[in-house]
Amino acid sequence: MENLINIFVKSVFIDNMVFAYFLGMCSYLAVSKTVKTSVGLGFAVVFVLTITVPVNYLIHNFLLKEGALVWLNESLGDVNLSFLSFIMFIAVIASMVQLVEMIVEKFSPTLYASLGIFLPLIAVNCAILGGSLFMVEREYANIGEATVFGFGSGVGFLLAIAGIAAIREKIQYSNVPAPLRGLGITFIITGLMGIAFMSFMGIKL
Amino acid sequence: MKALRKQIDKIKPHFEKGGKLEKLHSLFDAIEVLIFVPDRVTSRGSHIRDGVDMKRVMITVWIALIPAMLFGIYNIGLQYYQSINVEAGFWEMVWFGFLKFLPLLLVSYIVGLGIEIIFAQIRGHEVNEGYFVTGLLIPLIVPVDVPLWQLALAVVFAVIIGKEVFGGTGMNILNPALVARAFLFFSYPKWMSGDKVWIANLVNGEGVADTFSGATPLAQAALYETDSMPSVMNMFLGTIPGSVGETSTAAILIGALILIYTGVGSWKIIVSAFAGGLGMGLLLNAFAVNPFMEIPAYQHLIMGGFAFGAVFMATDPVSGSQTETGKWIYGFMIGVLSILIRVLNPAFPEGVFLAILFMNVFAPLIDYYIIQANIRRRLKRATSN
Repeated sequence: MENLINIFVKSVFIDNMVFAYFLGMCSYLAVSKTVKTSVGLGFAVVFVLTITVPVNYLIHNFLLKEGALVWLNESLGDVNLSFLSFIMFIAVIASMVQLVEMIVEKFSPTLYASLGIFLPLIAVNCAILGGSLFMVEREYANIGEATVFGFGSGVGFLLAIAGIAAIREKIQYSNVPAPLRGLGITFIITGLMGIAFMSFMGIKL
Repeated sequence: MKALRKQIDKIKPHFEKGGKLEKLHSLFDAIEVLIFVPDRVTSRGSHIRDGVDMKRVMITVWIALIPAMLFGIYNIGLQYYQSINVEAGFWEMVWFGFLKFLPLLLVSYIVGLGIEIIFAQIRGHEVNEGYFVTGLLIPLIVPVDVPLWQLALAVVFAVIIGKEVFGGTGMNILNPALVARAFLFFSYPKWMSGDKVWIANLVNGEGVADTFSGATPLAQAALYETDSMPSVMNMFLGTIPGSVGETSTAAILIGALILIYTGVGSWKIIVSAFAGGLGMGLLLNAFAVNPFMEIPAYQHLIMGGFAFGAVFMATDPVSGSQTETGKWIYGFMIGVLSILIRVLNPAFPEGVFLAILFMNVFAPLIDYYIIQANIRRRLKRATSN
């Protein structure tokens, strides 16, 4: 249990997808104009990550990893299919995003409309694929840890995108120099938020 | 005074539109407003004014900072003469501290105001008083021996990236003084942490007494040397090594009273920040596994920059939370995070400035949800009848 809490806190604050690795920047920058839509996108990312990371964990550990196929037959011990991992992970992610898209369209047409192209684009959001690849790299011991890691990474992204959306709403009427309006100032805010998130860097859990 | 007014009126036309010194308009305007009450009044529409304007608010904060600044000046001298083990009189210490502090203050003001004036001139707004407080805060939160060029760079970064790109005073999302400190901390860690930088001339090590270490109480606590920490009374009064203005909790409390009495600083933020710090300290005491976590919770409040941050930095009305309920959450989280980073993060000896920056980032989000909750509640009240 303590282990799971550690993984959660670590993935939300210390290894934050946006501020520690600068992943998922495209939707982070593009859909952060209002808090409402950005929170919607954030929850979609949380959902997708929470499902895809454990599914990919199973695929990786029981199909792709070197020696993963021994449960089928002892003689398959030296088969290594990990060169397929990118394509498999992306396939899982794309199908999950399709599912999310259908759910959102059914239950919240306004959110569906305001997210626009960025909802299907979650499929190529680097934070999502990054979640699955980090899961492989960090060698989580069981599926529970992988699920918590996926969920925590999603929450970290949600926190980041909601935070910057609130700031962007706040500075909407600020007298920002003309060349910096829009994306320019958003990049600067992201950098400053990154400094603030450095407060957690170095905490050992 | 009258002669001065006459003189100013005489040269004024040169600085107005079309005059030959038009480019220096902002500088002229700043000086005029600094000395005299401006003669421009609102000319149309109904308006209500009272005596409080930005100049007055900023001057109040300035006055509140003076006790901490004066004590800081004295403490620079005190620590220096202790480090070289020389007996010195009170005024000798103050004079030494003054000579050490003055360059920091001058660099901060000249560089910062210079940039402000340039920006005001280019962007066509007036130089305002926002930098007067920031310019005093910055030298108070750096170690006394920080090289002046580093301080100047930090001021440049803080004023331009922290404030002017957002549109100037009142628009910034982070406290500029803290941006300056974060810049220094991450760019030049050698000059911002360790045992040597907190006391004047200790880096050169000339004539330093053998047994003298110069470590701050926090650094000693982080090494589990809790026995050699200064007494609680010394930490409260502030005769300990540390950044210039942050050591004396007593002087800071005087400032806090001024801020609360005049209503310039929010008492809710100050109180909830101290409550958060105390609560987190007690929680750490309960689960203590090392001597740093065993430090009595109340001592955390008088060590390092906690009091200074909670009183002067967290209460910044621009970058802090704007809603009344939000202020409680905002302050409380600052207290909790400060102690958390300080004790649990081995990378940083002090967490206050990072905790406040972190909450600055999330203050708009807190406000957003409080306002949404208010809207929902009122809608419900309106529609239920």
